[in-house]
Amino acid sequence: MASFKFKNVYLNDYYTVVGPLEKNSHLRRLDLVMDDYYIGEKTFEQAEVKMQQLVIDNLIGKNNLAISDIDLLVGGDLTNQIAISNYSAKNYNIPFLGLYSACATFAESLIVASCMIDSGKIKKAISITSSHNLTAERQFRYPVEYGAPKPHTATFTTTGAVSTLLSKNYSKIRLESATIGVPVDLGVNDANNMGAAMAPAAASTIATHLAALKRDANYYDLILTGDLGCVGSEILKDYLETVYNMKLKKHLDAGCELYLDSQPTYAGGSGPACLPIVLFNKILLNKKYKKILIVATGALHSPTTVNQRGTIPSIAHAVSLEVE
Amino acid sequence: MLVKKHTPREPKLRNFGVAFLVGGLIGLLAEVISMILKNCFAFSTVEAGLIVALIVIGVASLFTALGFFDSWVSKCKCGLIIPTTGFAHSVSSSALEYKRDGLITGLGSNFFKLAGSVILYGIISAFLLVIVRLVIGG
Repeated sequence: MASFKFKNVYLNDYYTVVGPLEKNSHLRRLDLVMDDYYIGEKTFEQAEVKMQQLVIDNLIGKNNLAISDIDLLVGGDLTNQIAISNYSAKNYNIPFLGLYSACATFAESLIVASCMIDSGKIKKAISITSSHNLTAERQFRYPVEYGAPKPHTATFTTTGAVSTLLSKNYSKIRLESATIGVPVDLGVNDANNMGAAMAPAAASTIATHLAALKRDANYYDLILTGDLGCVGSEILKDYLETVYNMKLKKHLDAGCELYLDSQPTYAGGSGPACLPIVLFNKILLNKKYKKILIVATGALHSPTTVNQRGTIPSIAHAVSLEVE
Repeated sequence: MLVKKHTPREPKLRNFGVAFLVGGLIGLLAEVISMILKNCFAFSTVEAGLIVALIVIGVASLFTALGFFDSWVSKCKCGLIIPTTGFAHSVSSSALEYKRDGLITGLGSNFFKLAGSVILYGIISAFLLVIVRLVIGG
């Protein structure tokens, strides 16, 4: 199992853009807000590329960096062939690694960048993640204007993009350790209940992480799972208790924390941007959380495998953050 | 299993009720238009039926294009999808979705993405029923 500590990696800064629905949610701090799903572009895909560019440009500008200062751009999104990230990365003269772990891409990109920084191979990296509700709907479900009725277990793909700047330079957020998850498939095949498919993966990664680093669940002030949604979080707690005999007290789920009850989002938010948006725009503003374990969860299915009645394998990657 | 225990129950009875009422209302509306056409404009029953279908399809497509039919569908459940309105909506929503992907590779090839199965199985079941009728009715 791959659990390891980082010696010296810091999250120096971050920049986020969120969609119109997320503007009026539980988020308490916003960098940039989109008034509509197009932000001046012709298609939703072009809009998502622009979202990624906005957060990269603003992060670089805010920290007075030049493009040549960044040694690595790493990240991904939900579209086929992670096209969005490829098309935004082509605009920068920065070495690029594209990743895909569905909604766990954020944690995966942090782990990849941190390992390279910690080993001294590179100095500064930017990780990038985004999701756009309407490109994801188009990718995984029905045409946008169709509006098919959904069950209460379904989650709503968050619209947002997040960039983070990582380096060895000291800052208030330290990346302390990480665990790379194993794909787990317990036979859930309902694409409208991804929380249920992903909960065992989250449980496996949490248990592995705590066991490998000889910690118990109370070591962390908060265990923040990615996008299980309100239904999936309950399954996670129950599953951890039955299978791993572990009680999860200090737990929040980003998908469940994001939207207001009045917003039509079924069981909560999902998507690669969901976890980082809630982390940076809500959780980190609360000073009582000093040690945070983020567990990003991803469902690794495709529309084709689901149509062929395949089950949904899932993965979860964990990163431990220490905040001053 | 754990999943079942935590899965909230869908309010099926309510959904059925809503769908029944909405679907019924559309039928009622169509019937009223048909009556008006027959009585005021002296159309025959067949002609009136055709015109009503055209009106319903046109209105549904227009509402899809204007962008609020999808939220109605989410609220009204299948009541809006089962009548011809749903067929029109599925075609026009696919058309809107793929219009940027080109006229042939996008709009053309995806036009019946959702409605294709309705057409195919509609034709097959019509064919089978005709055979049944031939065998039984002679």
